[in-house]
Amino acid sequence: MKRATKLGAAAALIAVTLFSAACGNNTGSGNSPTNTTNAGGEQTTAPAAGKVVLGFSQVGAESGWRSANSDSVKEAAATAGFELKFSDAQQKQENQIKAIRSFILQKVDAIAFSPVVESGWDTVLQEAKEAGIPVILTDRAVDSKDTSLYETFIGSDFVEEGRRAGKWLVEQYKDAAEPIKIVELQGTTGSAPAIDRKNGFEEVIKDQANLQIIASQTGDFTRAKGKEVMQSFLQAHKDIDVLYAHNDDMGLGAIQAIEAAGLVPGKDIIIITVDAVKDGMAAAAEGKINFIVECNPLLGPQLMQAVNDVLAGTEIERRIVTEEGTFTSEEAKAVLADRKY
Amino acid sequence: MWNRISKHHLFWPLTVLAALLLFNLVYKPGFFSVRIQGGHLYGSLIDILNYGAPLILVAIGMTLVIATGGIDLSVGSIVAISGAIACLIVSRASDQHSLSIVLTAVGVALGLAIICGLWNGILVGGAGMQAIIATLILMVAGRGIAQLVTNGQIVTVTSNPYKYIGAGWLAMLPFSIFIVAAVLLAAAWLTRRTALGLFIESVGSNATASRLAGIRSRSVIFAVYIFCGLCAGLAGIILSSNVSSADGNNAGLWYELDAILAVVIGGTSLNGGRFYLSGTVVGALIIQTLTTTIYMVGVPPEITLVVKAFVVFTVCLIQSEKFRMAMTGKGKRRRAPAEREVTQHG
Repeated sequence: MKRATKLGAAAALIAVTLFSAACGNNTGSGNSPTNTTNAGGEQTTAPAAGKVVLGFSQVGAESGWRSANSDSVKEAAATAGFELKFSDAQQKQENQIKAIRSFILQKVDAIAFSPVVESGWDTVLQEAKEAGIPVILTDRAVDSKDTSLYETFIGSDFVEEGRRAGKWLVEQYKDAAEPIKIVELQGTTGSAPAIDRKNGFEEVIKDQANLQIIASQTGDFTRAKGKEVMQSFLQAHKDIDVLYAHNDDMGLGAIQAIEAAGLVPGKDIIIITVDAVKDGMAAAAEGKINFIVECNPLLGPQLMQAVNDVLAGTEIERRIVTEEGTFTSEEAKAVLADRKY
Repeated sequence: MWNRISKHHLFWPLTVLAALLLFNLVYKPGFFSVRIQGGHLYGSLIDILNYGAPLILVAIGMTLVIATGGIDLSVGSIVAISGAIACLIVSRASDQHSLSIVLTAVGVALGLAIICGLWNGILVGGAGMQAIIATLILMVAGRGIAQLVTNGQIVTVTSNPYKYIGAGWLAMLPFSIFIVAAVLLAAAWLTRRTALGLFIESVGSNATASRLAGIRSRSVIFAVYIFCGLCAGLAGIILSSNVSSADGNNAGLWYELDAILAVVIGGTSLNGGRFYLSGTVVGALIIQTLTTTIYMVGVPPEITLVVKAFVVFTVCLIQSEKFRMAMTGKGKRRRAPAEREVTQHG
């Protein structure tokens, strides 16, 4: 019994030293470039004086889209000569708040992050503001009333993406008289893309009475959930005409479910997705996805530009929209080979 | 007779499952219809079995761990690790359809799962750590390992043999069901036909007393954690094979909680001791049926979790003998004299 306790204590001790060592490393590298906003501004014009430190808190690595987004930020930071502190929140807001607080403690020059959910950021953003660290939102917005909490929001217009998906559908069925039954796979409940893509889509199709959303459920932006939920939809509703998935991955999962039900994706059920990641584009090229609305993840360069501008004190736009397009099956086939992600 | 049936440990779990299924039947009369589609059975019930298979597997392993008075929080992470490593090996192969590659991938993944289980066993049985803390370490670290393996990306595979494990059909039924049946039979045989089950229950009731009685508590603890790891590893392979891709971030997320819930609904006490494998299977089926029901009924995603929690709450209340007694008022009359007697003697 005694021996066991000793062993346990030893293991605990090792764990503690390991953890503290890790923390020590972090603060060590974080302390070296001490920051004031003015100095930061000068540094950007003369990079030799010391690197700009940018803290970036990513949502996670839940999809190919997100990975491409992370890579773009990392590459652009290296190109711009910034020191990037990259933190993965694994889809949890509390991790992200912790990461932002640690960026504040490390006195980084600027903080950029893609919020996991829209709400609940006021306190931590206020802390950043008081510490004099500019915050830039990327990809997803927050619903704070006080817009002085962040400098700008770089990213896609999710509502517009939803609208584009809806417009294509309305166009396809503009002559149809019979009711068109739509099922919707939503993103993570409460996340900005899920809310906005849903609203944008509904806004456009509501004028057309025969376009009806008969079922809508969250698939958490993952293939596994997309497949499982689609399978249930197919059991519950015999005559689904259209699937609208808030991202490619859920759509890809749903395609498997549709095939398992003995239906042909893209023909028996028209499929619309958002994102245009590689696997999604490949499925579109095969005709399994009929229409993809692009959501461009390569916003790293725009982010670095914005950081430079903010630190230099230049006036920047409150909203920077990324450039994106849409693809039908034929268009997807044509561009598939040149896609970066 | 009725008394005997209602006292059986499977009575309440089965009643709840039946009630859920009945609700579905009333709500969607076609719920029980099973048709043949592309050479295999197709219908909601089959879906429940198919999607419930990984959860049943994990819960079987969890039952034995809980029976020794422990708990394994790391199963969700082991699910992610094994799926990730298996998919990675298959995706790197020059010929993904080769059976030997798939077998290697499955072998390596299961080997890693066993090592994970052994690690938990060493911490709990060898170092004498609290099980909840010991397995928490791997729960946190494991997801990181899975992400390292997949490099944070979703690894997609196109291998047909690999896809067969989680999405293939045998004798018109999902292949995964046969894996579950094999594991369940093996576990039942080992614990009910050999003395191992008794050892497990005795270690769970009192580890020190069992050791003094000549049972190697430590070996028993090692064994159950390894078995639990193996079950989770298998579940990870089935899950990743079902969608032909490994997602280090989300695969098996919160699985440990569902598995523990399944064990508890099945009538096994978290204090250790007696365990019911059959109850666990029913518990896991209840959870999966509930999930499917929520999708079928079209509960808005914002309140899905509340609905789930409410049903689980009700199930646990029904399982509580005290609550049933209070509701029927039956217990009061019968119990009261006996209790008075006890207090007087005490």
